Amino acid sequence: MTGGAAGVRATARIAARSDGRGGTALPTLEGEGPLALRRTRGSGAEARVMLVGAMSGPLGGDHFTVEAAAAEGAALHIGSAAATIALPGQAKGEARYDVRLTVAAGAELRWLPEQLISANGSDLYVTTHVDLVPGARLVLREEQVLGRAHEEPGRLTSRLTVRLRGRPFLDQELCCGPGASGGWDGPAVLAGHRAVGQLLVVRPEFAEALPSPQLLGECAALTPLAGPGVLVTALAPNALRLRRTLDEALRTLDGRV
Amino acid sequence: MSRAALLVLADGRFPAGGHAHSGGAEAAVKAGRITGAKSLEEFCRGRLHTTGLVSASLAAAAALGLDPVALDEAADARTPSVALRVAARKLGRQLMRAARATWPSAELDALAREFPKGAHQPVVLGVAARAAGLGAVDAAYCSAYESVGGPATATVRLLSLDPFEATGVLARLAPDLDRVADRAGEVARCAVEEGVDVLPAVSAPLLEISAEAHAAWPVRLFAS
Repeated sequence: MTGGAAGVRATARIAARSDGRGGTALPTLEGEGPLALRRTRGSGAEARVMLVGAMSGPLGGDHFTVEAAAAEGAALHIGSAAATIALPGQAKGEARYDVRLTVAAGAELRWLPEQLISANGSDLYVTTHVDLVPGARLVLREEQVLGRAHEEPGRLTSRLTVRLRGRPFLDQELCCGPGASGGWDGPAVLAGHRAVGQLLVVRPEFAEALPSPQLLGECAALTPLAGPGVLVTALAPNALRLRRTLDEALRTLDGRV
Repeated sequence: MSRAALLVLADGRFPAGGHAHSGGAEAAVKAGRITGAKSLEEFCRGRLHTTGLVSASLAAAAALGLDPVALDEAADARTPSVALRVAARKLGRQLMRAARATWPSAELDALAREFPKGAHQPVVLGVAARAAGLGAVDAAYCSAYESVGGPATATVRLLSLDPFEATGVLARLAPDLDRVADRAGEVARCAVEEGVDVLPAVSAPLLEISAEAHAAWPVRLFAS
């Protein structure tokens, strides 16, 4: 980790592989500075890792990176202990948060962090890159909350790029807050909603049969993608309602209802 | 290049079937999110800077001669809603018919062969612009203008909005249209060097969600 006037740079790395006994081993589990990692009790074959915020941030000028790779036979679940709050910092300029996920054939990654909250005055650019191959399984949730309670949001740009066999599979960017292009809070984009989220589920068996499109209330929908995945896009007045919608969608997709 | 060709391609009377689509306006009117000229303008501005920019960039890149198959794949990745993918391919197929008759070209023929059910409309638009001797920024203008012209015209029919007011909305969006077309031209030139991944992917969550709702309506005035 490096610090100073230019902000904090920190990288956390996680690598998971089959332990050969029906479980998942974590040959790499390296946190750094504000990105501390804890292995917690998983269920079944799954290894569970918690991202623990050891400092606040990201603040302006910070650059955090999380890299996780699940090799063949691994089942890796990554969550976070608390919401990430983007805050304005001493250092000028935007903060960056980069997530790099790689999932091999016959591996499963569940990336289920808590919300990202864009606090007033902050400026954060988040990128999430996922590399999949046929046979990989992925559950990925991201939730953005625009402003803490009763506060205007900061500027937030979040791009999610998923590649399957090196080809574009899903590419979505959300830009909001002060300085974003016009109309971001208008009737075509967010219409005053302060919580927005996506749930992406990729499964090899979807190549045979994809779930049909489905409305999940007034401001959420599940849609089959142009490959073996579905995306739930949801808007809500607040984080709690958003989570409820995405949880319900995931339960349905997991066949737990 | 012929400037008049741009007028022909951008003309709402160009027989490419766009009049049957509202660009999400029908769903927004029903939900009470478009109620008059002011909210129509905000709707159009939001659409322009999100999916409008994405479409304009794809069209500009296709006009520069980037591989239309790669661009079509990039369009799929940027269009999670299956209802919107279906609409984009339908519009692409209709535009293809009109464009091949208007500006016969081997590149249009090849694209039609590659996608018998239709490629994404902005990709077809870019290749059509190329066949008409137009440049990348022309294609971007055409696409960006369509992204707001469609909802504006549809809202006149849906709300009985005064056509003068709807045209005023489009005129007020002109500076935004210039910015989006320029940016689309710029990133398309970057994509020539760096590949299609650098093209914008800005999304409009409500357009995605309400497109799925709209597609499920038993009766509707517009196809999308």
